Amino acid sequence: MSDDKTKDAVHKTPQTTPRYSATFDEYTNSEIRRAAATGIYDIRGAGSKRKLPHFDDLLFLGASVSRYPLEGYREKCGTDVVLGTRFAKKPIHLKTPVTIAGMSFGSLSGPAKEALGRGATAAGTSTTTGDGGMTQEERGHSTTLVYQYLPSRYGMNPDDLRKADAIELVIGQGAKPGGGGMLLGQKITARVAKMRCLPEGIDQRSSCRHPDWTGPDDLEIKIAELREITDWEKPIYVKIGATRPYFDVALAVKAGADVVVLDGMQGGTAATQEVFIEHVGLPILAAIRPAVKALQDLGVYRNGKNSVQLIVSGGIRNGADVAKAIALGADAVAIGTAALIALGDNDPHLEAEYQKLGTTAGAYDDWHEGKDPAGITTQDPELMKRLDPIKAGHRLANYIAVMTMEAQVVARACGKSHLHNLEPEDLVALTIEASAMAQVPLAGTSWIPGVTKF
Amino acid sequence: METLKYNPDIFDLDVTPLREVNQFLHGDASGLNGKSVVIENPNGAHNIAVGLKSDIDVTIKGHAGYYAAGMNQIAKVTIEGSAGSGVAENMMSGVVHVKGFASNAAAATANGGLLIIDGDAGLRTAIALKGADVVVGGSVGSFSAFMAQAGNFVILGDAGEGLGDSIYEAKIFVRGTVKSLGADCEEKTTSPEDRKILADLLVKSGHADVNPDSFQQYGSARTLYHFHVDNAGAY
Repeated sequence: MSDDKTKDAVHKTPQTTPRYSATFDEYTNSEIRRAAATGIYDIRGAGSKRKLPHFDDLLFLGASVSRYPLEGYREKCGTDVVLGTRFAKKPIHLKTPVTIAGMSFGSLSGPAKEALGRGATAAGTSTTTGDGGMTQEERGHSTTLVYQYLPSRYGMNPDDLRKADAIELVIGQGAKPGGGGMLLGQKITARVAKMRCLPEGIDQRSSCRHPDWTGPDDLEIKIAELREITDWEKPIYVKIGATRPYFDVALAVKAGADVVVLDGMQGGTAATQEVFIEHVGLPILAAIRPAVKALQDLGVYRNGKNSVQLIVSGGIRNGADVAKAIALGADAVAIGTAALIALGDNDPHLEAEYQKLGTTAGAYDDWHEGKDPAGITTQDPELMKRLDPIKAGHRLANYIAVMTMEAQVVARACGKSHLHNLEPEDLVALTIEASAMAQVPLAGTSWIPGVTKF
Repeated sequence: METLKYNPDIFDLDVTPLREVNQFLHGDASGLNGKSVVIENPNGAHNIAVGLKSDIDVTIKGHAGYYAAGMNQIAKVTIEGSAGSGVAENMMSGVVHVKGFASNAAAATANGGLLIIDGDAGLRTAIALKGADVVVGGSVGSFSAFMAQAGNFVILGDAGEGLGDSIYEAKIFVRGTVKSLGADCEEKTTSPEDRKILADLLVKSGHADVNPDSFQQYGSARTLYHFHVDNAGAY
């Protein structure tokens, strides 16, 4: 009996390849180890990273024999949008339906806020403040500035309220509906602390509920107060995280909102628990149609002056997303994460520095730590110098222009002389999930799960 | 013009819409400074005298609804009855005086100025206070001074449950009993500087006869200022 025979036996027994668990995947296991080592939940920035039914799962039906297309580049395809027609003396007029979402000074550096203002202004659109108040950089460089009125009321004062072009009463955001803000000590510099009236360097927890109202009846009085203080000049937006969009939109409209901002779970945040970002809220695709239904049921959908406009956000990346959101019923969209990428966030040319932070370009999300090599999500005076607000603003303006033109390309192909003429009937879905959520037929069929019979 | 004090502008809310009254009160400061205005028949209307920003003296002859004198700057507003939720919310400066009771969230997020409530105040009084002074002649409800960041909060009566929960740097002075303290709120020893703040506020709010030494001070234990595994139970 020989060693040779044993060797042969080993050679003859086929080995399975190492198999990772789909349930206990590499990321899951790393999180278990991280939790076991630290005893506290993971905090990060950005929005949901999981694969979700999204605008990619929809396609436009271009014009053909039954529909008549418009000539690209020659025939007009309008992109302008008016927000706040219902009650405000001074509605907002934008050249493009792509707006900049609320992001705070504190979470973002001063140069980053300035760049957002410059880019938005060049593109003919609005930018939005965030938790922590209005900075001069931002007001000075933004032709149209929306002032967020948040539960924490950090930095909130009536002088800035009067300086704003519109007021956005924030009830929630898609990344964390039902949660308050968070800004960790590394970013509570002397300036940020002073604006927020907090001790320097603390881990700030923003409240999740407004301090002086609860429920929709109070909200109506609160909106009336904001109108009285600003003499009914400014549109009042109400921003909600997507959870129960039909009821929340209906209640916001009843409470007197001029504009509803609906943010899906792909929408970013400066810092929140990972579990919150990934497990609470709806993808934006599932939220638009119920929101539009609420507007329709209340008679305020595309009804002349008596309209409440809908802005949607959460994972808007290109002109196709813009066109699809509008076709599903939105009047405008807001971009946050995409705007930061246009400014230079997560750029591959900084790969060596991302590696030093234990991550890689495109995946960096520890925005709360304030070490952003791109100088955007930081309060470090040296890092923030890396962002040139003029060049970054120019990149943002270019990006918004491209998104707007792309949306026009699609709209003209569908025969529409204005982006707002896009409609759900221009769309089909590639998956059953997207078909059910967007309430458009599965491609090649007339089936909409939950609406029509297969 | 001292005579203006004795010849006030009088608005009757039964006759003049609130919108017109507030618009008048938002007028150019040069035309309003030193003026006295009386608002009659408020009947619990919401948002009376909100967003004032000049040196004007407003007297509300009766009960006010929500957000009376909200976001006040410079002005003096006297409510001769009771006030609804959020009286003097986010006040920046000036004085608001409620002669009756106040409902919930009085002086919420107020940054400056002085709110005087002669009677009791409801839940969440001085919630997220950001620098204003608040003096309550009676007692306050539960969860008062929640997340209060800065300012001074004087309670001549008792406080309900969870006083000063998650408080930052605001100072609380209570003469009566406290049902319970919220997370991270603890008793403090009153320093001579804090005693002076308290004594001055008692004088300014018409309680000069009350002994500052009869109060117990409360403030932040500062154990929740940083996320730490040891505090997990308090989050």
